[in-house]
Amino acid sequence: MSSQKHPPVVDWATDFDHTDSEWVADPYPIWDELRRTCPVAHSDRYGGTWLPVRHEDVAAVAYDTEHFTSRSVVVSEIRPGPDDPPAPIGLAPPITSDPPFHAVARRLLLPAFSPKAIAALEPLTRDLCRELLDATDGQAEIDAAVDYARHIPLRVIIGMLGFPQEDADIFRRFVRMVLEDVDQSEEERQELIVAGEIDEYIDARIAEHQAEPRNDLTTYLLEAELDGNKLELDHVRGTMILLMIAGIDTTWSAIGASLWHLAQHPDDRKRLATDPGLMPSAVEELLRAYAPVTMARLVAEDFELHGCPMKEGDWLLLPFPSANRDPEMFPDADEVILDRAENRHAAFGLGIHRCVGSNLARMELRVALEEWLRRHPAFELIDPSAVTWSAGQVRGPRTLPVRILG
Amino acid sequence: MHVHVDRERCQGHNRCYALAPELFDVDDLGNSFELNDGVVPPGLEEKARLAVANCPERAISMSE
Repeated sequence: MSSQKHPPVVDWATDFDHTDSEWVADPYPIWDELRRTCPVAHSDRYGGTWLPVRHEDVAAVAYDTEHFTSRSVVVSEIRPGPDDPPAPIGLAPPITSDPPFHAVARRLLLPAFSPKAIAALEPLTRDLCRELLDATDGQAEIDAAVDYARHIPLRVIIGMLGFPQEDADIFRRFVRMVLEDVDQSEEERQELIVAGEIDEYIDARIAEHQAEPRNDLTTYLLEAELDGNKLELDHVRGTMILLMIAGIDTTWSAIGASLWHLAQHPDDRKRLATDPGLMPSAVEELLRAYAPVTMARLVAEDFELHGCPMKEGDWLLLPFPSANRDPEMFPDADEVILDRAENRHAAFGLGIHRCVGSNLARMELRVALEEWLRRHPAFELIDPSAVTWSAGQVRGPRTLPVRILG
Repeated sequence: MHVHVDRERCQGHNRCYALAPELFDVDDLGNSFELNDGVVPPGLEEKARLAVANCPERAISMSE
């Protein structure tokens, strides 16, 4: 849970803050109210931020790469400065890239994350889940977030990059700083970022791979070519950082939130444990209902959305989780219906920035749930108030103590 | 019945390929295209309808 550094929010339509403890604990009632009363909210915090909450408006912004730039996608007290790589490349291509560079940088990554490439990682992911379950076997109480969910995407990404598994803590600290400590002051964040631990670490791994190429994503990026030239090292480093930031907390959150749901809904849990054929639609429905990721944009040029005057340089939060709960788009939007047949959810975003890792995330979520339910078909929350949630733009349980039943 | 993927709109969510691999395949980048010139064989109409209804980008169209 975030230590509250900002004053508490009183009015969500005019002063929202996505690190406020009320939002962190349960944002859905806030979004429901805004969807009815003020579908594009504004806040002066973080130097000026907008928040569209309806599916229609979230989609419109996601598709409009002319008025909204992806140059920075994490709202914090720091905006990209004059020394940061300019659009269209940005710090962590392609997520921070705009057209036309975006398509080129993205095309480089897509083959490594295609459904067929990801299917090859399933046996390894399954083994990893079983190892984690073995480690807590026999325990009556398990923290499903700390002892299970968080290790799965972290270890898979480290494996894909060909980095040593012992270094998991370095990644964990880095991701937490980028995604969760966003309410720290500019000075505090600058200090953490300039400390440069992660750049030094990545440069060392790059040097190892240059000396001895391997069959992994690091070597793939080092050998990839853009217009006949190898990638700039900044591009390689930025893309690796992107994979860590985008690939770890996100799927950890989706696995944790799904287990949190199942721990409290015995009927859903029993259905899913006994009917494996339900898993594909259940995974999509859990992704819809508990989509972890809220993206962000910067306003690239002045724009009016429903009469709201957005000025160049303003932040805009893009809450896909709220779009996924819009009753205009989804009947019974607040109900989890594991066999929901029509589900155009936007958990992985919409438009050109669709999550590159969506096939990986889906596979990890499905395998994590299958293996957990096979080992622990019956479980419940020990104490609902003991569950804590991450603050910031990636939402999921960070402690999730469950009791194993039967 | 025919299905068609608008390659400009498709962003590679892969919902159609997951729901109806008899009707759709994906290229090396993960973007979808229809198989068999989009002809939906008898018995697969419901799968075609599901693929259309689950595309987040509304990239798939269906025609008689």
